[in-house]
Amino acid sequence: MKSEMKPPAPAHKHDHTAAPIKAGFAELFLEVGCEEIPAGMIANAAHEFQVVLNKYLALEKLADGAEAFAFGAPRRLVAACPRVRLKQEDMRKEIVGPPKSIAFDGQNAPTPKAEGFAAKYGLSVEKLYTVSTPRGEYVAVEQFVPGRAAAERLAEIIPRAIAEIPWPKTMYWTGASGLRFIRPIRWLVALLGGRALRLEIAGVAAGASTAGHRFLGKSSITVSGYDDYLAKLAKNYVLAPPERRREKVERELSRLAAGKGLRVNADAALSDLVVYLNEYPSAILGNFDPAYLELPEEILITVMRDHQKYFAARRRDGKLAPHFLAVINLNRDAKGLVRAGHERVLRARFADAKFFWEVDQKCRLADYLPKLASVTFQAKLGSYGDKVERLRALSRWLAEQWFARGIHEARVAAADRAAELAKCDLVTDMVREFTELQGIVGGLYAKVQGEPEEVSWAVYDHYRPTGLDEPAPRNLTGATVSIADKLDTLVGCFAVGLAPTGSSDPFGLRRAGLGIVKIILERKLPVSLSESISAAARGLFGYAPKLKVIPEVEKSVFDFLIDRARYIFLEREGFAYDEINAVVAAGADDLVDARDRLAAVREIRKTRNFEPLAVSFKRVRKILEKAGSPKTWRFPAVRPELFQEEAERRLHAAAQRAAQEAEGHKKVRGYREALQGIARLRPEVDEFFDRVLVMADEEDIRRNRLTLLAELLREFSTIADFSEIVAADK
Amino acid sequence: MKEGVRKGMRKGVKSETVKSQVQLEKAKSGKLAGPSFQDLILELQKFWADRDCVLQQPYDVEVGAGTMHPETFLRVLGPEPYRVAYVQPSRRPADGRYGENPNRLYKHLQLQVILKPPPADIQNLYLQSIQAIGIQLSEHDIRFEEDNWESPTLGAWGIGWQVLLDGLEITQFTYFQQCGGIDLDPVSVELTYGLDRIAAYLQNVDNVFDLRWSRDRRYGEVRLAEEQQFSAYSFDYANAEITRKLFDLHEREANALLEAFGQASEEEKRRFPVLAAYDQCLKCSHLFNVLDSRGVISVTERATLIGRVRQVACRIAKAYLAQHELASAPPQEKQAEAGA
Repeated sequence: MKSEMKPPAPAHKHDHTAAPIKAGFAELFLEVGCEEIPAGMIANAAHEFQVVLNKYLALEKLADGAEAFAFGAPRRLVAACPRVRLKQEDMRKEIVGPPKSIAFDGQNAPTPKAEGFAAKYGLSVEKLYTVSTPRGEYVAVEQFVPGRAAAERLAEIIPRAIAEIPWPKTMYWTGASGLRFIRPIRWLVALLGGRALRLEIAGVAAGASTAGHRFLGKSSITVSGYDDYLAKLAKNYVLAPPERRREKVERELSRLAAGKGLRVNADAALSDLVVYLNEYPSAILGNFDPAYLELPEEILITVMRDHQKYFAARRRDGKLAPHFLAVINLNRDAKGLVRAGHERVLRARFADAKFFWEVDQKCRLADYLPKLASVTFQAKLGSYGDKVERLRALSRWLAEQWFARGIHEARVAAADRAAELAKCDLVTDMVREFTELQGIVGGLYAKVQGEPEEVSWAVYDHYRPTGLDEPAPRNLTGATVSIADKLDTLVGCFAVGLAPTGSSDPFGLRRAGLGIVKIILERKLPVSLSESISAAARGLFGYAPKLKVIPEVEKSVFDFLIDRARYIFLEREGFAYDEINAVVAAGADDLVDARDRLAAVREIRKTRNFEPLAVSFKRVRKILEKAGSPKTWRFPAVRPELFQEEAERRLHAAAQRAAQEAEGHKKVRGYREALQGIARLRPEVDEFFDRVLVMADEEDIRRNRLTLLAELLREFSTIADFSEIVAADK
Repeated sequence: MKEGVRKGMRKGVKSETVKSQVQLEKAKSGKLAGPSFQDLILELQKFWADRDCVLQQPYDVEVGAGTMHPETFLRVLGPEPYRVAYVQPSRRPADGRYGENPNRLYKHLQLQVILKPPPADIQNLYLQSIQAIGIQLSEHDIRFEEDNWESPTLGAWGIGWQVLLDGLEITQFTYFQQCGGIDLDPVSVELTYGLDRIAAYLQNVDNVFDLRWSRDRRYGEVRLAEEQQFSAYSFDYANAEITRKLFDLHEREANALLEAFGQASEEEKRRFPVLAAYDQCLKCSHLFNVLDSRGVISVTERATLIGRVRQVACRIAKAYLAQHELASAPPQEKQAEAGA
């Protein structure tokens, strides 16, 4: 009875939106003090900290419009939220009880079940109301849940939020069952409105005390909140926000370089690194013996950047200067001790590099070939010696393809020579010491040893592109060897079951695939992907490891490469999804040709006739699919004598004319013109569908009409399958 | 011919003639920079002895790193707290350069410290040790850069840093997580000081052989012959066939011992020579390094040999722990007898 007095459930949407009983806000400030966090991980960890903290603040009804933000420095992750509720919002919670049919009897009087349910929540049966659920009508009560104090909830969620920060590799330090984190946590600041929260993580109790710079600042500094923290830390030689460190680094580097009339060799990745390697970064300028400038600058820069994290400096003419810029974690180097130390380390490094440069060249690059036989490429794919044999064959084959298809500067002998030398540097001392210089060192040696530029640059560049935004090889031979190298790896790895799965791609096959596509598209290389894959497969069978590559594997490599191409078309070249689908459906074995067709489709789809025509093509496809197997109806050719309607004749004539025209255009890759010609068929196609019933009663007539449509579809699907185009309106 | 090339390739460059300004000033004033090599060792040992470390001595079997000393490899296993420090001459045959390279050595000296469990202020403690050898912390660029240590032959790895002093790597600082394939609880901190480098830094010399070892002896006078001869042995003379055989024999002995341990009664286990089995394992590891420097191991064989050493090392770790548990638990049978 009383149940009818309350409106049904949908009106109870207010359950989580009750107004706060008492408003009150304060700043939340957090700092996780750590032993040095790996520099490359800090920015991302801070971001994750921010996300997870906001998640919990929202979940706990403590957020009040202001978002928490976070950042990090080598020894700390910092987060703050300017406004956090001091008390959770009160909530009204709806609790659904037994079905109405059980809670109330036929007279609509409450049963003992209803009374029991109400009593459980300390309410009388009058407070019950009904809600409709997908399973029927149920009784429910509304419970008032008073918000709890923020300090209490935060003590619980903050340790959880910190533990949830994801890291690439974690450790434990308080025992095998203790917290896992990136490095040990040594102090914790957690303040709500300036007052320390009572919480603990990994045995460390939160407080109001932070630590300054490891050597220049105080080890215990009491802070009252975010602004106080920033100010006090700066006085104690910690620039907590990364932008402040970056600004200092950039200013000092430029000033020092300018003082010598030099400019810093820009290096964004290195800048990021030093910003997160130092809590109080300062730049210093050091010198090295100009005699080392005889070494190629690639080697000098690599030694400075990768091994010592120094910036190189260039003179006005672009040449390297005999100086380096180091970023140190100090305010100054008053006695020049730090500079002297860094100079000495660099001297030893350069001495090593010079030594390797000289010893490596006691024999010629090609003399290292026999040693490649003892370096494994992949257990099931043999040694690098084996790979070089395959690489040479495939590079030659590709170069022949280029030549045969009109690229007359293709040189088979150069491709063969570059492939022969490409991997030799892997066993030189220089690359063993500085592995990131693979390819580059080989190219430099080849050049010094008098190989033609076409060959030496090809060796130098053949690992390129190392990413989609990185440059491709600078000459055709480099492009050839690069494609051959990557294709051999792809087909080989797929054949022995090492295709990438999910996020696991230990051989970097996705990057290799993207590299192949990028080079082909950039250089407009005319080549059949499937034939290239087959050529690579023949190499794996003809040479060690004498591996038989089954057609299914070739097919999956093909699909894999097409997927990379789709990615590049979509993300890098801005083609629409349906355009790519339409073109790929018509075949993409020749990627350059596929892109030409894509460009034509994109161009032509803006014209008036195109999308309606695409709709008609879709209709054609559906009709043909419904008609069943073509064997049952298809004539060898359209039989004009069976035409009944003028519209049929006209379509046939127009289609033949358009096909002839299109054929002419396609020969010279005039896809836009060809498509325009096809688009002009629209009136005839529309008229056909207006006037002609395809599925005529008389069999021959019907079959003839189907054949006409089938020919139309086939004829005009060689550029793109228009039925894949999604029309803008519906 | 091939040998000639190899030998030529290993030879080092002559020591640098360009001296830094600081060095020139020091040279002019005639004042010697930094402590002697042996004083450096004494200082560090004193420092750690004062912090409750057992001062151990180098192990008397060839090892490639201080970690292989049983005072690290075995002591980090199990629950008992322990603190130890020792110098360990470490042989890296492939790094030998016939004593002709200013920085690379067949055998270099490490000071190894194990703190189990590590105190919460372990980083400060370490930095104090650096201060103790005369490095003013606020005048130098000292940093902890990510470097996770791993030893595939020992089934051991840890998380930590390399400590850089003005760009020079002076210490490996590791929170051991696993050793002999066993998760460690508690963890230990391992500090490995590169003594040769630190001394070269403190004395401001570019060539390790120019280091003052004592008041009147140079590093070269003390160690050069060793560098020359062991480089020559590992690169040019070691008989690969015999070395392989030795590897097999030591492995066989280790496995035989481990087999016997498995069969032994509880009473026999308590006194069983697990430590002797570990010596055999160390021999294998060193012989592998000799084969490697001799250039006779193919890549696949390399992985296989490392796997064989690791397998023995992991079995030893298990046996050591089993033996250890027996020793720490009261003998159950006797207890039962007493009860009856």
